[in-house]
Amino acid sequence: MNTAPLLALQDVRKAFPRADGSELMVLDGVNLQVAEGEIVGLLGRSGSGKSTLLRLIAGLAEPSAGTLSYLGAPIEGPARGIAMVFQSFAIYPWLTVFENVALGLQALRMPVADIRQRSLAAIDLIGLDGYESAYPRELSGGMRQRVGFARALVVHPNILLMDEPFSALDVLTAETLRTDFLDLWTEGQMPIKGVILVTHNIEEAVLMCDRILVFGSNPGRILTEIRVPLPQPRKRLDPSFRALVERIYVEMTARPAAGAPGARAERFAGLGIGSVLPRVSSNLLSGLMETVAAAPFNGVADLPNIASDLKMEIDDLFPVAETLQMMRFAEVAGGDIRLTDTGLAFANADLDERKRIFARQLLNYVPLAAHVRRVLDERPSHVARKSRFLEELEDYMSDEAAEQTLRAIVSWGRYAEAFAYDDENATFNLENPT
Amino acid sequence: MTHRSEPFAFVRDLATRWDVIAIVIVIGLIAFLGEASRGLLEPLAKLEATPLSLDPARLPFYAARTTLRMFAALALSLLFTFTYATWAARSPRAGRLLVPILDVLQSVPILGFISITVVFFMSLAPGRVLGAEFAAIFAIFTSQAWNMAFSFYQSLRTVPSELTEAAASFHLSPWMRFWQLDVPFALPGLIWNTMMSMSGGWFFVVASESISVGHTSVALPGVGSYIALAIAERNLPAIGWAILAMLVVILLYDQLLFRPLVVWVDGLRFEQEPGGRPPRSWALTVMRRSRLVSGITAAFYAGVRWTSWAMPVDPSAPRAESKPVRHADTLWFAVVFVLVALAVWHIAQSLFARTSISEALTVSGLALLTMLRVTVLIALASLVWVPIGIWVGLRPRVSGLVQPIAQFMAAFPANLLFPLAIYGIVTWKLNPDVWLSPLMVLGTQWYILFNVIAGASAIPGELRYAADNLQVRGWLWWSKVALPAVFPYYVTGAITASGGSWNASIVAEVANWGRTQVRAHGLGAYIADATAAGDFHRIILGISTMSLCVVAINRFFWRPLYYYAERRFRLA
Repeated sequence: MNTAPLLALQDVRKAFPRADGSELMVLDGVNLQVAEGEIVGLLGRSGSGKSTLLRLIAGLAEPSAGTLSYLGAPIEGPARGIAMVFQSFAIYPWLTVFENVALGLQALRMPVADIRQRSLAAIDLIGLDGYESAYPRELSGGMRQRVGFARALVVHPNILLMDEPFSALDVLTAETLRTDFLDLWTEGQMPIKGVILVTHNIEEAVLMCDRILVFGSNPGRILTEIRVPLPQPRKRLDPSFRALVERIYVEMTARPAAGAPGARAERFAGLGIGSVLPRVSSNLLSGLMETVAAAPFNGVADLPNIASDLKMEIDDLFPVAETLQMMRFAEVAGGDIRLTDTGLAFANADLDERKRIFARQLLNYVPLAAHVRRVLDERPSHVARKSRFLEELEDYMSDEAAEQTLRAIVSWGRYAEAFAYDDENATFNLENPT
Repeated sequence: MTHRSEPFAFVRDLATRWDVIAIVIVIGLIAFLGEASRGLLEPLAKLEATPLSLDPARLPFYAARTTLRMFAALALSLLFTFTYATWAARSPRAGRLLVPILDVLQSVPILGFISITVVFFMSLAPGRVLGAEFAAIFAIFTSQAWNMAFSFYQSLRTVPSELTEAAASFHLSPWMRFWQLDVPFALPGLIWNTMMSMSGGWFFVVASESISVGHTSVALPGVGSYIALAIAERNLPAIGWAILAMLVVILLYDQLLFRPLVVWVDGLRFEQEPGGRPPRSWALTVMRRSRLVSGITAAFYAGVRWTSWAMPVDPSAPRAESKPVRHADTLWFAVVFVLVALAVWHIAQSLFARTSISEALTVSGLALLTMLRVTVLIALASLVWVPIGIWVGLRPRVSGLVQPIAQFMAAFPANLLFPLAIYGIVTWKLNPDVWLSPLMVLGTQWYILFNVIAGASAIPGELRYAADNLQVRGWLWWSKVALPAVFPYYVTGAITASGGSWNASIVAEVANWGRTQVRAHGLGAYIADATAAGDFHRIILGISTMSLCVVAINRFFWRPLYYYAERRFRLA
């Protein structure tokens, strides 16, 4: 009997070379084993390397270090027996439903009769009966993703990789597809033996997975592993379900210990000018402060509650909460957000007063903003080129992150009226239109 | 229809050293071909012109021959596109050189080049007429291939990564991937560019059928030769017949090929653009009913399946990324170095060694004159067509009527109309330096018109309602609403028009009516004269100068303007 695990990853690392010759680490020290009959969730925010990890497992990319093996054999290129479902469905718009599903079997050069029989079976299983001759453009999002599932299942894979398969769908459709998938899985109707699901939706992870690996960013790594012992079908309102969701929120809002490995450009950790800043508009910041300040929260809110109240995913909510924390408008810990006195004052102020408070917090607690302002103040012309700051930032972060960080600074600086920015000439200045 | 090709989407930098290398290689190639052809000219001097007849009854036959040449060139262009563009897109190393070369080739004035290729191909082919046919087909090929290859290259580079990943994870072989993923994805853009290129091609097929280089003159049976003969014999009715014949040919081409294809590929689009009426074609509807299209599609896919069966399996499963190989890099750079060295040697030999300072100055002066002409005329054409285009584009019913006509006019070879203008200039004794100039934009101004119409019809309804609601009218409306909204489209059209006008200058600056010659001063006339005299050294000098002018204007004027337009005025 073969005792090798379905999938085994050891010390996997992935780094991308940068223009200046250094490396950008996106994934470090990842160890993972998947046994038969498991659904494993990779949960994390965007930029935590979970999708990169999925592509390594799929054989679409090569690790910089470490080993990946499937049924004991190393993964070198796309392996037979590992199939993938994509976030944007990735079905070919010029092929019909049937042709899309049959494509993977044609690539395996199966006899035409077998292709037909197996494709129809897969289409049938996934609930696409009657749609065989339709083109993807005629289908709704949910039906398109069903094609994505049928195409993956038709090759009878052992492992199914799912890259945020429900995140491009509306809430109701996503729920239907999840339940249908779980029904097929628990009834053992699908030919698959293990599933890896990438998601940034905490409830989805708790609903579907047997085991959840929580990912951290910069570099992407596994922070913690959480087992989900609840029997299927699970109920979202079940207290034990809620407790698990709450626990994951706590894990994900835990502040990294000082000097933790890889804290180089950790968001807000160092708080030097080298921190990567998220693009969060001042409207979102005001909106969250107002919501938390108002009843029923009155200044303190449970993040899972606020997320479901505001229909925000963690990728939307966390950056806002963390920005508030950075500017000392709020404290985020233990899955809760608590407004500071400044935050409460802001929420109750009028527009001009808000701008004054925001400017003060921005210049006091966001070093890059203070830096830009200082440079402008020191120069007789009060003008500085964007590229000047961009180059400084690129010592600390990727070009893309530097661009995003400067955009955030521009947007906050404008709101605070701390400085102005001229996009035409790509310069910062102190002018205000009169 | 709101299709719009993106002229500079392939490279963002203004100029890199690869551009310089590309320019050197292309000019070196022209110099080499020119030098090689010069020696071949003499034995061909005795070639007789094929006898032609001005009998209108012969015109259908001539038109058919002309059309046949078009399609032969189209097949060649497709072959070139599938290989060259795929190579450039798959190998980043090669792409760095191949893409700039394509860009420079696009700027080479095709009409000036015909003389060189005629001699070259006639020396290759055993039967002389076959050589001339090759040369004509090659001329059309050069007017189509670069543009199509660009479009295909651009599509290959923008295939969504999830689609390629899906192909890799389902083990599609490279051959299968090419036909099942790359080609269908690129097809809408490619078809549109092919149609635009073919429109330009009619101009060149007409110009390339009747060629004389030095003492060698060739007249292939075709509409172009027919009209050349009519000019020589001052036969105005015959010119009218030729124009009529061409109108019919282009109408058939438009209705039976262009429109059905455009409608058909619209269904293949990856993104479905919201709004806008889908294009329609009666011919496609008929063909669909006759099951012709589905038959062809089925046969195509059967072919793909069969060939992918027959193709050997790639032993190593393809990776989405590959590591650069060191010695392949070295080899590649060695090849590029040798190419550049050879090119420099040829340029030095045929250009610098024989060009006196005064000759260089004369040519530069003439280039400035032609540049002035192109600039003034594009400006004038813009003044006329931009307001008209906006007016038309904002009225769906009118634009539904005018847009096909504008596209049709762009396809119609304007050089067929030249004799009429020249007849006028000769009759009324007008100043040719002024009055020959409009001929340069006669065929190219339509690109401005139909791009502006497309831009104006793409303005979102709400933006227009907002302007109405705020009672924005008059100049304020033009300057703040209409002109900015169509600006990116205008730039796209103007780039095409400007490039085409440079090319047309070669046939527009010197014109004959019987034995009377009307001539303007300019680089186009210089090249035309050199061609007539069979002076290869001056041909090469003229072509190189014109190519450099076009490349420089593109790099330092149009490209920055294009990016500015994309950044400032693009409606997201």
